[in-house]
Amino acid sequence: MATEGNVLEVPRNLPWYFPSKLRHYAGVAIKDYPVLWLMILFVVLIFPAATAPWTAPHHPLKQELSKRLTAPVWSAGTEAKPTSWSNILGTDKQGRDILSRVMHGSRISLMVSLSALAIGGTVGTTLGLISGYFGGWVDHLIMRIVDVFLALPLILMALVIVAVFGPSFWTAIGVISVLLWSRYTRQIRAEVLSIKAMDFIARARVAGSSNTRIIIKHVFPNITNTLIVLGTLQVGTVILLEATLSFLGAGIPRPNPAWGVMVADGRDHIASAWWIAVIPGIAIMMTVLSMNMMGDWLRDKLDPKLRQV
Amino acid sequence: MQRYILIRLIQSVFTLIGVSIIVFSLARLSGNPLDVLLPDEADDETFERISELWGLNDPWYTQYFTFVKNASRGEFGPSFKWQGRTAMELVFLHLPATLQLAGFSILVSVILAVPIGVMSAVKKGTLLDTVGKLVALLGQSLPSFWLAIVMIWIFAVKLGWFPTSGRGGFDHMILPGIALGWFSVASFMRLTRSSMLNVLDSEYIKLARIKGLPEWKVIWKHGLKNAAIPPLTVFGAIVVGQMTGSVTIETVFAWPGIGLLALQAVNARDYQVIQAVTMFISVLFIGMNLLIDILYAYIDPRIRFT
Repeated sequence: MATEGNVLEVPRNLPWYFPSKLRHYAGVAIKDYPVLWLMILFVVLIFPAATAPWTAPHHPLKQELSKRLTAPVWSAGTEAKPTSWSNILGTDKQGRDILSRVMHGSRISLMVSLSALAIGGTVGTTLGLISGYFGGWVDHLIMRIVDVFLALPLILMALVIVAVFGPSFWTAIGVISVLLWSRYTRQIRAEVLSIKAMDFIARARVAGSSNTRIIIKHVFPNITNTLIVLGTLQVGTVILLEATLSFLGAGIPRPNPAWGVMVADGRDHIASAWWIAVIPGIAIMMTVLSMNMMGDWLRDKLDPKLRQV
Repeated sequence: MQRYILIRLIQSVFTLIGVSIIVFSLARLSGNPLDVLLPDEADDETFERISELWGLNDPWYTQYFTFVKNASRGEFGPSFKWQGRTAMELVFLHLPATLQLAGFSILVSVILAVPIGVMSAVKKGTLLDTVGKLVALLGQSLPSFWLAIVMIWIFAVKLGWFPTSGRGGFDHMILPGIALGWFSVASFMRLTRSSMLNVLDSEYIKLARIKGLPEWKVIWKHGLKNAAIPPLTVFGAIVVGQMTGSVTIETVFAWPGIGLLALQAVNARDYQVIQAVTMFISVLFIGMNLLIDILYAYIDPRIRFT
């Protein structure tokens, strides 16, 4: 609903208790300002993911037992464990630096989610195109398979698959892709069905284009907006799914600094050392939140039809 | 109408067959169950004899049909981790805890989501709407396992208001209920808001206003009654989402339900129990969707012909 009202216009009839400027900027930032979300995304995800090996203050796996369970720099600290600027966000129970681990964790999250999206998205889109364009028994077959994958309990299936193949980076990507493709297929199929009924497809067919050519040259360009929006909205879901799996011990194996693993590590120490579990959780939240906001914004700009998704 | 129900029924059966193939093959992928079940000192002859006895030498399709035949009667075999119990028995033993938690969290999310959703549609564009939107966004961005841990830290450890884990009185249910319901609050609220917005634009709402009905009656009776249909359609997905989401929440809170059972079964490679839980949840999901689709077709005749 980005087009409703001019965002540059300060809303009138404000209640007396709300300063108009503040309210205006808060409203704009939350509703229509992708820059803010892009900035958060850059700070939490993109920058650390790209540069963690060089910019992280410590190695994510280096243990310094003398510094174990150091509190973040802004908290009081104790006589025995003074806080230090060397470990801004504190250390975990093996003395590993939390900041460095979170930074390397964003690398893992980004790689897993992008790979899973690429694989699941490609398979799902291809099947959706085929299913929607050709119809008939192919369509029925593919849609029944989609139904099966939507009916399976996601996390439980992931746990079973990981139990069979053993947890690893590639298993995590595989599992998430397997669980992801069906959503693409469903959405793309619906889109293709409406495009197929349009005149230009019939004309292309009259002009003698082959099915392959029509799909690639005429149908696909019309679903790219949907793909971009769907992809952006899915990144958040995938990062959450990966974190949940890692938390349950079925995603990225230890000692890799995946965010979910870090939260799981901090769970037993939540009463004495809250920062171990809380800080990676905030990283997950900020990433997913800003990704969802970007997706919402892109959807409004590119593809208003998807608003109900 | 009969035709529509029949088609949906056949589709559901196909889905069920697909699910059963996947559940069956996943357990077989992990190798021969006898490797785990028989003691190490068992010789080849015993191995062969038991394989023959249990039908493990049969071709896979015979094994699959045996699996389907037994599964349709609810027989998934004895549990390997919990000696002396069958897999289905264990599922039904843990079911009440999960249903209790899921029921409570659905109640929490409906009580929170419907009023906020309706009010943010009525007062669209105000501060209330913005706050509602933020809550919805946070709901879809917060990892539920993290929320659960933070709530334990603040409300159970620091303030001591609620117990940290386990199943017991009503106070045991509050933290896991909120952690589990948090995600569905968001999706429920968004749906209520958007369908309420559609309804408020319609002619019969204008008519109700022209008739001179009080505004609260227009919104809560005439409006909500018609706006409630779209949120109801996702109800099935939400209920099942609660049951699968319970794997994480039940683990964090040590809540003795199906989710915890499933996680323990996966860790112990207890495939009988895993199969029973997965099939149970999938059947529940498929059945729920079928029921909702049929109900929906009754309410809205246009559906039957598409």
